[in-house]
Amino acid sequence: MKKIHIVLLVFIAVTIGVLISFMGTLSTYDTVQTAMRKRGKVVSIIARLDRTHPVEYDAIKNPNFLSFMAYDSLGGNMKVIYRKEKPTNLEHSERLVLKGRMNDDHFECSEILMKCPSKYKDDMNQAKKNLQENAATKPANNSTTQYQ
Amino acid sequence: MDYSGEHLLPGLLGHFFIILSLVASLVATFSYFKAVRSATESDATSWKNLARGAFIAEVISVFSIFGILFFIISNHFFEYKYAWQHSSRTLEVKYLLSCFWEGQEGSFLLWSTWHCVLGLILIRKSRQWEAPVMTVVSFAQVCLATMIAGIYFFNWRMGSNPFVLLRNEFDLRSQIPMLNVGDNYRNYLSFIRDGNDLNPLLQNYWMVIHPPVLFLGFASTIVPFAYAISGLWTKKFADPIGIGWTRPALPWALFSAAVLGTGVMMGGAWAYESLSFGGYWAWDPVENASMVPWLVLIAGIHTLLIYKHTGRSLRSTYLFFILSFLLVLYSTFLTRSGILGDTSVHAFTDLGMNLQLFLLLYVFVWLAAIAGAKKFTDRVYVLIAAIVLLIAAKYIPVPAVAFLSLIAGLITTIVFIQKNVPSERKDEEQTSSREFWMFIGTLIFFLTALFIIIATSLPVINKIFGRKFTMGEDSVFSYNRVIIFVAIIIGILTAVTQYLRYKQTDLKFFWKKITWPTLIAIVIASLVLAFGNINYQDHGAGFLGAIWLATVCAIYSVIANAAYIWLGMKGRLKLSGGSIAHLGFGFMLVGILISSSKKEVLSWNTSGIFVPLGEGSKEKPGENLTLVKGMPTTMGNFNVIYESDSVNPRKPLWYYKLHFKSKTSTEQFTLMPNAFVNYKGNQGLMANPDAKHYWDHDIFTYITSLPDPEKNKDTSSFKSETLKTGDTAFYSNGFYVLDEVITKDNIPAGGLAPTDKVFMATIKVFSKNKTSYTSKPFLINKGGNFIPVQDTVTSENLIFQLNKVNGNSAELAVKESNSVLQYVTLKAYKFPFINLLWSGVILMVTGMIISIVRRVELNKASRQVAEEFLEEKI
Repeated sequence: MKKIHIVLLVFIAVTIGVLISFMGTLSTYDTVQTAMRKRGKVVSIIARLDRTHPVEYDAIKNPNFLSFMAYDSLGGNMKVIYRKEKPTNLEHSERLVLKGRMNDDHFECSEILMKCPSKYKDDMNQAKKNLQENAATKPANNSTTQYQ
Repeated sequence: MDYSGEHLLPGLLGHFFIILSLVASLVATFSYFKAVRSATESDATSWKNLARGAFIAEVISVFSIFGILFFIISNHFFEYKYAWQHSSRTLEVKYLLSCFWEGQEGSFLLWSTWHCVLGLILIRKSRQWEAPVMTVVSFAQVCLATMIAGIYFFNWRMGSNPFVLLRNEFDLRSQIPMLNVGDNYRNYLSFIRDGNDLNPLLQNYWMVIHPPVLFLGFASTIVPFAYAISGLWTKKFADPIGIGWTRPALPWALFSAAVLGTGVMMGGAWAYESLSFGGYWAWDPVENASMVPWLVLIAGIHTLLIYKHTGRSLRSTYLFFILSFLLVLYSTFLTRSGILGDTSVHAFTDLGMNLQLFLLLYVFVWLAAIAGAKKFTDRVYVLIAAIVLLIAAKYIPVPAVAFLSLIAGLITTIVFIQKNVPSERKDEEQTSSREFWMFIGTLIFFLTALFIIIATSLPVINKIFGRKFTMGEDSVFSYNRVIIFVAIIIGILTAVTQYLRYKQTDLKFFWKKITWPTLIAIVIASLVLAFGNINYQDHGAGFLGAIWLATVCAIYSVIANAAYIWLGMKGRLKLSGGSIAHLGFGFMLVGILISSSKKEVLSWNTSGIFVPLGEGSKEKPGENLTLVKGMPTTMGNFNVIYESDSVNPRKPLWYYKLHFKSKTSTEQFTLMPNAFVNYKGNQGLMANPDAKHYWDHDIFTYITSLPDPEKNKDTSSFKSETLKTGDTAFYSNGFYVLDEVITKDNIPAGGLAPTDKVFMATIKVFSKNKTSYTSKPFLINKGGNFIPVQDTVTSENLIFQLNKVNGNSAELAVKESNSVLQYVTLKAYKFPFINLLWSGVILMVTGMIISIVRRVELNKASRQVAEEFLEEKI
């Protein structure tokens, strides 16, 4: 056997090892209920914002504390705490992918991915809505004047 | 029905040229194919001439399509869906090109345009390799033309045509009710006032230049691929007398690597400057998918160099060049099929062309396998196998079958290369030889590419195996902890390997040469570690140790390569392309390591009330800081004041003026991060950072949150009172004095007629805490209409409004309100030594360009020798 073959075998073994350990770092999609059983483990939960409860965020008091209620498609609900800024379109999101750990009384969230009815993805439904708005509103009647 | 205001001619011409380009590229492919297969020289020449004509017709068509589409966009012809969907009238002219490549059709067109340019150069320069190489390029053009054809076969639409009309794509009548009234539908264009606009995140100058460069990089990977396929196809596997495919392929591969590398890093620069995730690289699937072909291409360039000098590694060269193009196609599939939708921030959306994108990849995978088969009968068998597997994949609706049929094609290719490409050397290489360590380096690059592409393909793997895996808690770290070891090994290899000689090295000589660079590198690296304060704690001591080791290796690579330009090349820069490229790569490594491990958060929250984090919580203090307008706030070594804001006159793009003043020096500067607020149905804000650049670091900030006007509804009301100049009045926190009332003809905002007048009151406010402020509300008399312009003393929550002026007395309305509290929440970072990364990229690309020039010259010389040799033989 040539040296290069030995090197090759070693490298392939290392690559397989790396891939296996990479698999170890992966997490899974869970529901609120299955996440309860995996307390302290990192999971991703697909959920919706519970609009019947207030979203708690006050940038003057603490810009790094956001708390809200969320529920998943099976009806499980939980309190979510996210120690970063409030994603600006949280209230308009359709679906949330919450990554984090389940604690005793709340879900300690480290990352929020939002599925929004957004222009960002060139969503055609939103494009249609823009078409309606463009035709319906006069340019002068701009909704942003409230920021002045 | 006729519609008023439409411009249908450009669209018709566009359609025509799309069809023409499809036909012309088909003819070119067929003719070039016949030219390769012709038995006689004269047959080959006449086929080749026909093919050239067809390809030039193709070039004209593609350029025309490009020009027409740009004409439509720049003239805002919103009757075309592409123009309506991707642009708007408010868009600056410089971004009209970005609209062009925002959509899939435009970016396919861009790709195809680059193929045309490369094809023209190949026709002029590739001599005896023209016919086979151009067969492959023309065939790729056929495939790309189908992507924008928009032709229906029964119910299946092939490709997405950029010239479709808005009224045919949307049921406008149901979207805009007004169109159902009377004759309005005939004038529908007058109801479509503006386009859907370019995604605000793409309104950045990098987006004008990054896509063309990246796509030139993607497009140019076809040239080494086409040469490799031609070598297999015509069975001229090797390079016996200096006219083989490997010679012309080398400068092309270098060109491709230089351009693709630049394109990928320009994407990094765009992410750094406009995406608010605070960095140039986030291991996003789209970024990974464009880097992986580059890694494999670099591996191919190195094995090709080994082959030129020692006759080894030819098979690996075939494999790497073929794979790098296939990986470009695979990344096209990943980013355009919508499969990354959940995992990437900048993938395209699904256009319903997944089948076609899959076929593009499938066809080229099996094309390589067919070319690899030596005997004609074998080629037929492979073709049959490819078709059978494709039918199987169609009728067995399990994603695994489609996936396995691709893998089968790849394995077939590898087996044929192994079997048919001759190996020139059977003996074992010396451990002291350059090629041995170069080959190890290419293996590392290849395996790294494999790791990254497998990790990136997680959504594909989930689909095939029906799993629900997702990236773990810290997806960036799960890449970094692997790549750091790659950096260590590659750092050492790029430092040492050039000091070795091909075939065998006299070790005494080697040690003599490398001793000094090694010692210097050790000294410099120790200084950097001792005083550089590289102290990255997020992932424990082990990872910090790895960072230190990698930094040492990267510095070693920089020093050793710089030294080699003098020690090995005696300072002849023309010959030192390789060393310069490696030097640049070393700088990149150093820049990446230092800038990411020493990135500092400046906006640690020091003003907010902390929520108790609980015992043993590893939670860091928050990275967001809130600045109240006018109130100085401490941020790192700075005092920062949110001074004012302003709005872009044409769109809801707001600029926030933040003044930074150093606490320890006289240094001060202003940053203006901006944000789109409630932009076109996108609720909330989309922030763009602003940065202050220094030679050794950047201060970098962006807005993360703004007050919600809905929640801050104003409930208090104005109280009015009449004051004469000099009068004093009280408010809850102090008193104020009406200083003077003057009449002016003009105000800074302008827009007044000569007959209009402006009254301006000057009010001095004295608060209890002994600070005083000046407020100047206006009252504009515009042709008898009185328009008050309020003024606010933010820190006192006071709003003044001038209602009436009568000589030296004025009616003043005053309001005290909490809702005037204006603030921004932001994040700020300090990025050290980011310029090392950028200058490393520039050096690396410069080195590659020097190598291209040198290789072209060498090829010319060796061709002359070969021609003389052939003449002598005759």
